Amino acid sequence: MTAGARDASVHDTIPKLLLRNAQTRGARPAMREKDLGIWQTWSWAETLAEVRDLAMGLRALGLKRGDRVAIVGDNRPRLYWAICSAQSLGAIPVPVYQDSVAEEMGYVLDHAGVKYAVVENQEQVDKLLEIRETYKDLKQIIFDEERGLQNYDVEGVRSYEAVQELGRKDRDADQVWRSEIAKGKAGDTAIILYTSGTTGRPKGVVLTQGACVWAAETAEEFDTLTENEEVIAYLPMAWVGDHVFSYAQSYVTGYCVNCPESPETVIVDRREIGTTYAFAPPRIYENLITQTTVAMEDASAIKKKMFEYFLGVARDYGEDILNGKSVPFVARLKYWLGSFMVYGPLKNRYGLSKVRIGYTAGEAIGPEIFKYYRALGINLKQLYGQTEAAVYITGQPDGEIYADTVGTPMGGVEIMVADNGEVMYRSPGVFTEYYKNKEATKDTKTADGWVHSGDAGFVDENGHLKIIDRAKDVGKLNDGTIFPPKYIENKLKFFPNIKEAVAFGNGRDAVTAFINIDLTSVGSWAERNNVVYASYQELAGHPDVYKMIENHVDEVNRELSQEERVAGAQISRFLILHKELDPDDGEITRTAKVRRSLVNERYAVLIDALYDPNKKRQKIKTEVTFEDGRRGDIEGDVEIRDMKLHAIDRASFKEAAE
Amino acid sequence: MNMAVKPADANDGRANAPEVMLDISNISLSFGGVHAIKDVSFNIHKGEIRAIIGPNGAGKTSMLNVINGFYHPQVGEITFKGNTRTQMRPYVAATQGIARTFQNVALFHGMSTLDNIMSGRTLKMHKNFFWQMLRYGPAMQEEVEHRERVEEIIDFLEIQHIRRTPVGRLPYGLQKRVELARALAMEPELLLLDEPMAGMNLEEKEDMSRFILDVNDQFGTTIALIEHDMGVVMDLSTRVVVLDHGEKIADGTPAEVSSDQNVIDAYLGVAH
Repeated sequence: MTAGARDASVHDTIPKLLLRNAQTRGARPAMREKDLGIWQTWSWAETLAEVRDLAMGLRALGLKRGDRVAIVGDNRPRLYWAICSAQSLGAIPVPVYQDSVAEEMGYVLDHAGVKYAVVENQEQVDKLLEIRETYKDLKQIIFDEERGLQNYDVEGVRSYEAVQELGRKDRDADQVWRSEIAKGKAGDTAIILYTSGTTGRPKGVVLTQGACVWAAETAEEFDTLTENEEVIAYLPMAWVGDHVFSYAQSYVTGYCVNCPESPETVIVDRREIGTTYAFAPPRIYENLITQTTVAMEDASAIKKKMFEYFLGVARDYGEDILNGKSVPFVARLKYWLGSFMVYGPLKNRYGLSKVRIGYTAGEAIGPEIFKYYRALGINLKQLYGQTEAAVYITGQPDGEIYADTVGTPMGGVEIMVADNGEVMYRSPGVFTEYYKNKEATKDTKTADGWVHSGDAGFVDENGHLKIIDRAKDVGKLNDGTIFPPKYIENKLKFFPNIKEAVAFGNGRDAVTAFINIDLTSVGSWAERNNVVYASYQELAGHPDVYKMIENHVDEVNRELSQEERVAGAQISRFLILHKELDPDDGEITRTAKVRRSLVNERYAVLIDALYDPNKKRQKIKTEVTFEDGRRGDIEGDVEIRDMKLHAIDRASFKEAAE
Repeated sequence: MNMAVKPADANDGRANAPEVMLDISNISLSFGGVHAIKDVSFNIHKGEIRAIIGPNGAGKTSMLNVINGFYHPQVGEITFKGNTRTQMRPYVAATQGIARTFQNVALFHGMSTLDNIMSGRTLKMHKNFFWQMLRYGPAMQEEVEHRERVEEIIDFLEIQHIRRTPVGRLPYGLQKRVELARALAMEPELLLLDEPMAGMNLEEKEDMSRFILDVNDQFGTTIALIEHDMGVVMDLSTRVVVLDHGEKIADGTPAEVSSDQNVIDAYLGVAH
């Protein structure tokens, strides 16, 4: 940190940091957006003017300290500026998921008591007008993109330019605006982020200016970020990850945020910009690999050979080279050649050529996927964060990367594991409260500032946190061993042949599992190996398929046996279900999460059979719903397979602990 | 589609003093002994969306081909912007400001979306072939100007993500959109759309309807379209002309036309 160093006592809010940036790095780019095929750039000085004009316009429209302002739309510079404009006047921005339907959005606006909304386009204006029919408090709707809105003559709907124009009328605008910023304090509410809410209504997480600035500073220090970073903003603005990465971090560190031309052009835009700091959920990384795999299927034989050979080299040595370990000279030479022939072009395709640090967060990433990127020389890391923590709880420091942990506590975060195995944390970034929800706040945050994460986990021998499951799902076997179903199921599901798995064991003597094969993957295997089958059921019951799945389960057991806490939770018996778990039957949700209680009930016969050592097969009849809504029965005779468990070497755990 | 948001007064200017852009009077067209169009007359007002509907083989596409000069009617006159003619070549129609899209997409399949749309600007390029070969100086400057216009259309139709994709690789719905983009690149005064929504799913139809309304609204382009989906026709068009077996059987607002007995008979069939 050089000229732009932050003086904690002076620059304690984001708008104050904007003033600093405009002064110390005024000519440097703050924001870019691709428009009409060309990247448009705004410097920090220009950003200041944009933010000021909008803020003063909003003020002229009556916006006051503490008022809530909804922000709705894709990642656009103007929407980011609107956040800062609101904050500069002490108002509270509330970003809303832009694809939520009117009813969901209406709930959030009503709950937050929003009076002003800055939105992207006609689609959102229409939605808000619909909401306004019942929610009368929404006074002003300000839109960015004029298209289709020229002829709207509706009270309280106006364009972004018109509001800025209003802001420019006042001659003392700049002075007034600066004095408003000076009133801001670290303890002010910076933003309310509504969690998407898989269960029940969304909750509004209140974060202070201090929390947001702390989060950004922590990351800056952790990864030695500089003002030269380039990031691309493409994840929902209502998500805490985007708010910190694309907004707070940019103001604190002074780097440039790039907005893509449209949500569909992100990959191309990322390539053009050459992002150096990246953030994405695992699904994005998975998609890139899938695209590569598909493209390689169509490639010529020579290219395919080359790709496979060098990928092998990367798998063997890439990780070590990235971690700066010593590697044989010949291997280094091969890797260098590989970089030239394969890895370089591949990274360029992904738009990740210049990435210094890439993060994956949000959910567990498959170790294979994680290792693939690291082998290519991309510094992909994992972090563990929550909205309630202003993102950062733990992160993987450079050189200490393990595929199955989420790293060590980041600066200023304290972690402890409660008696029931739940991870708890405390940090300067912790949220103030759930907005207008005292009860939920009390359940989540203790009086002395510790927050229940809701996740079960433990700190391993290296001091790294390992998350195993949602705390409420974790059970115990009769002998006291902890039983984390999702942890075991994820391990199974990382095999492409296994589509879905359900593990049982809570309050039982041993762990057992249902398995669903993946028809695409196993089907293509069957084709290559001349296995003939007529139906899913037949393929699922095929002896060779059982053999294959048995090997996978054995591999999972081997992995489990090497982990002290869960070594006792190896899978003792499993079966392959005769039908796929289907959202139409309510067995899994539309987002592919298993509904445990329903599965327990419908397949009770099979579960009993799994725990009856004398039974080797079990007949079952299940009702299914076809796509057109008709119902029918599927009958099956399912084989149950016993597993040989791996020996647990307790002594080695002790040694490692010492 | 949320029709409520289309302001009711948008058509005011047209309703009061409709200026006739294209007038078709007593057109007859036959191929040998086949009478494709028999003594049809109607007009298109400036700024309106005019639908031409009718059962299969009614002569709708022939009518469009007559308008843009591809077919030459044996009888009748066409008046476009005050100029009356009996015969005209498509090239002349294009220079006068008539653009069209086709029922079966007619794009350059090996070329990118961008190049296809740029081809719509050909008529507006004035530097000669040799200057263009050089790609330097005035020719380059001209190209940049045209590219800016094309980029606006790309943005308007939301096809930024396929700018560099060869159109042959695009799904059908997007190809239709590229074709519309190319027609718009000509900055036409009259845009002829031959079944712009054929073969599309509901969502694609809604998108396309929105684009057609926006083109009409934002650029003030007069549009004549052939369409089979009656819901779309009723929502989009200002006036509808109905053809059957080459004859005009009705002409009026969507409401008038849809309650017309002749039209109902033509569509549902009638016992003879």
